[in-house]
Amino acid sequence: MSTRRINWYKYAAPANFYPLAGKMIPFFTVVTVLLFIIGLYVGFFVAPTDFQQGESYRIIFIHVPAAWMGMFLYVLMAVYAGLGWAFNARLGSMMATAISTTGAIFTFISLVTGSLWGKPAWGVYWVWDARMTSTLILMFLYIGFISLQASIDDPRRADRAGAVLALVGLINVPIIYFSVQWWNTLHQGATFTARSFKMAPSMLSAMLILMAACWMYSIAVVLVRVRCIIRERESEAPWLAEAVA
Amino acid sequence: MHWSSLSEFIRMGGYGFYVWGSYGVTLVLLGGEVLMLLKRRRAVARIAPEPRVETRKAKFETAMVSDKL
Repeated sequence: MSTRRINWYKYAAPANFYPLAGKMIPFFTVVTVLLFIIGLYVGFFVAPTDFQQGESYRIIFIHVPAAWMGMFLYVLMAVYAGLGWAFNARLGSMMATAISTTGAIFTFISLVTGSLWGKPAWGVYWVWDARMTSTLILMFLYIGFISLQASIDDPRRADRAGAVLALVGLINVPIIYFSVQWWNTLHQGATFTARSFKMAPSMLSAMLILMAACWMYSIAVVLVRVRCIIRERESEAPWLAEAVA
Repeated sequence: MHWSSLSEFIRMGGYGFYVWGSYGVTLVLLGGEVLMLLKRRRAVARIAPEPRVETRKAKFETAMVSDKL
């Protein structure tokens, strides 16, 4: 049994996290590219045609991962914002800000791909059903978080205001998730259930590989962005100032 | 492989617009995000050069120099 422990608190300091993030970015970038290539190959060349929906079902390979990322990233953003607020840890708040853009983009992708799937499947691009409406609210929460932070000049005040919004909005995530059970909706039920493992293994694996690709993409992009934020905000800090001098 | 020709692949069984529309929007948005981010990184680099990372070697060298002084 090893008694060696990693001092996690060390990496709560932007000066220590900055080089660590820099070392991780190339790894996540390479893995992202590989997973996207493999996932798209399986999705378009290995997975068979769906007997009910024909080829239009291939949209789920990007729709489901994007919808999940929109929710995952919101929870992650709220947790980081909450940590940044509660423990006065500015890196946590910077992470929340870095995550918000990517989360908003994935939520938008899930709304657009969902309506492009809805048209051939249901005959309409959009209906005001529970899942779609609650996902639209998620999009507005992201936009609210981003514009609220942009409207406040003092970064730490912007962090606190954003944290309040993000934490209150967290209630929307379980609503999205359970909406297909709580309300009678047009949207189909959860994709990942015990039953879904009866779907063709190649269909499931394409979706899971692209899900992993989206995760790796998010990590790489968020790390690059948080490094930009650190340098923008801490340009006066001694560890950065000495590099300039 | 269940596509006998490229045009069949592009047609996607009549759902080409929806399938390629979805992947196209995804590509544009994620690609756009990456491009904007790289632009931001270049802008940040103009304000301040890359900070010096405190490696063990750098620390040792700094210590050696300060010893000589």
